[in-house]
Amino acid sequence: MGLISEIIFCLLTILSFGIFTQKILRIRRSILLGKATHLNDHPGQRWRNVILLALGQKKMFQKPIVAVLHLIVYIGFVIINIELLEIIVDGIFGTHRVFSESMGEFYTFLINTFEILALLVTIACVIFLIRRNNIKLKRFISKDLEGWPRSDANYILIIEILLMGLFLLMNAADHEVSFIISKNFTPWLTANFDQDQLFFVEKTAWWIHIIGIYAFMNYLPYSKHLHIVLAFPNAYYAPLIPSGTIHNMPDIQNEVLYAMQPELAPTNAAAPESFGAKEATELSWKNLMDAYSCSECGRCTDACPANNTGKLLSPRKIMMATRDRIETISKNIELNKVFVPDGKTLLHDYITVEELRACTTCNACVTECPISISPLDIIIELRRSLVMEQSNAPQEWNSMFSNIENNFAPWKFSPDDRDAWTKA
Amino acid sequence: MKVSTMAEMMASGEQPEILFWVGCAGSFDQRAQKITKAFATILNKAGVKYAILGKEEACTGDPARRAGNEFMFQMMAYQNIQILNGYNIKKIVTTCPHCFNTLKNEYPELGGDYDVIHHTQFLQELIEQGKIKFTDSNEWKGKSITYHDSCYLGRANEIYEAPRKVLESLDMELKEMKRCKSKGLCCGAGGAQMFKEEEKGDKRINTERAEEARATATDFVASACPFCNTMLSDGLKVAENQNDPAVLDIAEIIAQAIK
Repeated sequence: MGLISEIIFCLLTILSFGIFTQKILRIRRSILLGKATHLNDHPGQRWRNVILLALGQKKMFQKPIVAVLHLIVYIGFVIINIELLEIIVDGIFGTHRVFSESMGEFYTFLINTFEILALLVTIACVIFLIRRNNIKLKRFISKDLEGWPRSDANYILIIEILLMGLFLLMNAADHEVSFIISKNFTPWLTANFDQDQLFFVEKTAWWIHIIGIYAFMNYLPYSKHLHIVLAFPNAYYAPLIPSGTIHNMPDIQNEVLYAMQPELAPTNAAAPESFGAKEATELSWKNLMDAYSCSECGRCTDACPANNTGKLLSPRKIMMATRDRIETISKNIELNKVFVPDGKTLLHDYITVEELRACTTCNACVTECPISISPLDIIIELRRSLVMEQSNAPQEWNSMFSNIENNFAPWKFSPDDRDAWTKA
Repeated sequence: MKVSTMAEMMASGEQPEILFWVGCAGSFDQRAQKITKAFATILNKAGVKYAILGKEEACTGDPARRAGNEFMFQMMAYQNIQILNGYNIKKIVTTCPHCFNTLKNEYPELGGDYDVIHHTQFLQELIEQGKIKFTDSNEWKGKSITYHDSCYLGRANEIYEAPRKVLESLDMELKEMKRCKSKGLCCGAGGAQMFKEEEKGDKRINTERAEEARATATDFVASACPFCNTMLSDGLKVAENQNDPAVLDIAEIIAQAIK
């Protein structure tokens, strides 16, 4: 029995980590389908952002109660997983609580800490479940989350509660040990089960717990919960410039320069391929990483003036649509070796013109995002494609463009009157 | 009003300490012209040696860039940078947060590197240096006011304090709207929305913001952006409520108090 279960455990572990690694590499490949952008300057400032935004969850604390609960779930989840180390060693070598003897009192202290955290995580997750499903919070009842995204959020919370429960049950059923939270359940267990049954309960809880963790790990790549991993690189690569800055297009800068000063134009200048993005692969890899990092919390949409006044635009939906699209493209490439056109594009089929037209570029979404995602950057790229590739602009904008071109102002005034106010 | 242009200054061999970038709204929009004149009045009274580009100024390209027309933006940027660099401009002040953001953040990469400040920052400096003195009968004292953060001043460039400090220097009672500073609600004009109809929805953005401003029950609403000013004035006008506060630019308030 011992050897067989050890072999099964080893196979399971290798399989889980193997599949997980594959999935992470696949996401990495998907992100790198985006265009190059260079975000490696000022490493000091970037690490500071990682510590403040990702590790310290600084922006979450604008809503302090939620922030504390979220921090408990996060810290609890990460710290309790230290126990995984022992579980894996036990599983491989068929030992039982391999560190307990060598660590002595400290072991009890550690597991007690884990148990307190497990209880806190459970409470926090129950509160989150109620908040998500029973309190009609606008950003959670939003139609953005219809279908899979809403289930995803609930699955995560339920799985975390189950995992914590199994961890406590496994400790409670173990008659050799006694820990601060689980010992309270021991009397009830011993009253209802005999020694053999208890052993069976403990082993079963142990197995379901570890299988659950492996399953959860492999669920991450499909879930909004991926933010637990990607929040870190995303904070690192967050833009360091004032958020009002729209990134430059050197291709067009040069075109204008060469038109104005033809003597500077190189003889073999290649024309740029396309302007802006109509497809997810024409966005930068940072835009795509943003999409995979999004936890669909909806703080952006909550702050969006367009969304607040009933317009179709939802910055969260921009991120979710981008992730959906790049996932579809990735699958298409895996299946066909190269991307075979499927008659769809990010612009129009996933994100509509009406949504893009509603944005005031006010930066509220960018400011709100706890992990430095910029929906605005994607909106601008899509607008660029609309206007420059498809000449698709409302008539009023076309007039504005021609006024700027001819009168150097967005309105139809004579440039000669620009200083008329000094005379009036 | 006597305002020198850069061309005039150059002709007489002078260099101003600062260039006043007026912007398209400030130049052409009737309401915004009042803000421009108020600010020019302040500069004159404070003895600041400044100049404008006059007919040589052109749109920075902000609305074109945000609408997606990068070509138009680059054309305007090229043209403006040629002029600014030609005059060897070092320091610029502007009454428009959109021009401010573009000149300060977007022109450097294109070869136009200037020290750019917004007029509320400049006013704060002038007050702190004692260059702006107020009349003894400060009619603003004790009047209540709420300040509307412009997105391109606030979130985009994190300037929240300067406009508020200026208002406080007049001993005005500053009341905040429900959403202010980094949470401030947009007026609805940015991203080239000023130049088109809003998309369909339940409500206009400026109506929503005007309601928040009205809820503070203050005597005045302060803005620091010509576009916000128009949007909020229009938003308040819709209700046709006689008791609604007037929307004033911070420069207009200071211009009425300056000695």
